[in-house]
Amino acid sequence: MKYVVLIYSNPAAWRALPAEEVDRVIKVHNDLLDELAESGELVNIYRLADAANTKTLARPNELPVVTDGPFGESKEVLASLWEIDVDRVERAIEIAEPLTQHATVEVRPLMDAAGMEM
Amino acid sequence: MTTEPEVEELLRQLTPQVLGALLRRYGQFDLCEDAVQEALLAAAVQWQEKGVPERPRGWLITVAARRMTDQLRVESARRRREQAAAALSPPDELVAPGSDVDLPPDRDDTLRLLFLCCHPALSPASQVALTLRAVGGLATAQIARAFLVPEATMAQRISRAKQSIKAAGARFSLPPEEERADRLRVVLQVLYLIFNEGYAASSGPDLQRADLTTEAIRLARDLHRLLPDDGEVAGLLALMLLTDARRPARTLPDGSLVPLAEQDRRLWDADAIAEGAALITETLSRAAVGPYQLQAAIAAVHDEAAHAEETDWPQILALYQLLEGVAANPIVTLNHAVAVAMVRGPLAGLDLLATLDTDDRLAGHHRLDAVSAHLLEMAGDTAGARERYRAAARRTTSLPEQRYLEARAARLRNQAR
Repeated sequence: MKYVVLIYSNPAAWRALPAEEVDRVIKVHNDLLDELAESGELVNIYRLADAANTKTLARPNELPVVTDGPFGESKEVLASLWEIDVDRVERAIEIAEPLTQHATVEVRPLMDAAGMEM
Repeated sequence: MTTEPEVEELLRQLTPQVLGALLRRYGQFDLCEDAVQEALLAAAVQWQEKGVPERPRGWLITVAARRMTDQLRVESARRRREQAAAALSPPDELVAPGSDVDLPPDRDDTLRLLFLCCHPALSPASQVALTLRAVGGLATAQIARAFLVPEATMAQRISRAKQSIKAAGARFSLPPEEERADRLRVVLQVLYLIFNEGYAASSGPDLQRADLTTEAIRLARDLHRLLPDDGEVAGLLALMLLTDARRPARTLPDGSLVPLAEQDRRLWDADAIAEGAALITETLSRAAVGPYQLQAAIAAVHDEAAHAEETDWPQILALYQLLEGVAANPIVTLNHAVAVAMVRGPLAGLDLLATLDTDDRLAGHHRLDAVSAHLLEMAGDTAGARERYRAAARRTTSLPEQRYLEARAARLRNQAR
């Protein structure tokens, strides 16, 4: 089963962290990535550029408008996206758990092009 | 000049034999497996250019053994450097050419390999990957394509699997008698997993994946040849044949799913049905009954009806009752409920489904919603059915299933108008 792990964090809160804490959290992430690469569970990882580089597209009044920065007043923005392939959802949750330090994490299954007739 | 498919077919047949010969001589699964893969790659190139050698198996064993020799030299040199004082056997003693290059293959090599690759210390995904490579003779890139993951991911999965085998101290031998039945059950699970991965694939970019059904059937045939008396091995092979026979009718060209009752049965593979039905009939008459045999028997009853309306549902219901007796699980109960509905009416089926409402193993599972929806529709509860079809469509993670379930819900909405 393929899942994406979506890691949301607050850039302002992240920048306010002491350097040692930042290093510690980054190490947690990198160690986990090494473990997943080695076990053959990591499919892909996307590290997103700073939210300041975002172009948000919307269509408030019929005409599309492009603005700089993330949508609305969101405090938490998507920081990275991990695609994993695991046997059970419990394993996906276990993987996501250490990522919740200074972040909100979502685990969502990816749709599959295969299926069983009913 | 030999064609690519011929060479590939031959190489895949020889893979377990060559690996078996190497393992009996050297015993180190991880190194032997790497050496065999390299020999296979060399053969794939050379045999197409220069033709297949007179003794292809001996050729592969020689090339793989040479590769193994190199690896062992490197290893022992490293070890000597690490522990200069230790007196190790000279490398030539370790790697002296064996006399078994031309011995006939050991029938049980494939069996031993299956037990090794399906070792309980490995995760199901690793068991599947390693079985396809070491027994099926598929290259890592092919397995990666079939499972829609990058080659590096699959390579790591295989390498991790080999490490786990080493760590578990697993040997290239048949498991002891008292463990044999449990270990065989894992092997059958792995083969069925491979089959279903391929069977669930629809059309288009998924076609690579569909080859997995062919591969699973091939492995099940090998296993059946090695263990002809085992009823569950025969049952699994029959189940695969009888299920795969319906593959041409189960999807439309656009990839959408066709439920069993609406399939064009003229598209079914009559030869596969005849073979599967004969195999399961013969097996049920002599072996202790088990879950794969019963599922095969159910598939045979479906396959033998020329029209959906001619399906012998009382027979299927009786088989599901037996199946609940030997292998009760919520998915069996779901299918059992459909059979109950077809024989005793939708309300009786819904009563049986109600027993699953409190089962945690199915909580939030789209199949419970889908079957409930189907039975509610049969019972004439259009609004209830629509709601459950929608719930199932939200919960499934399969695009074609979602499309099918939404279409069913939409059809009921149109009827209600």
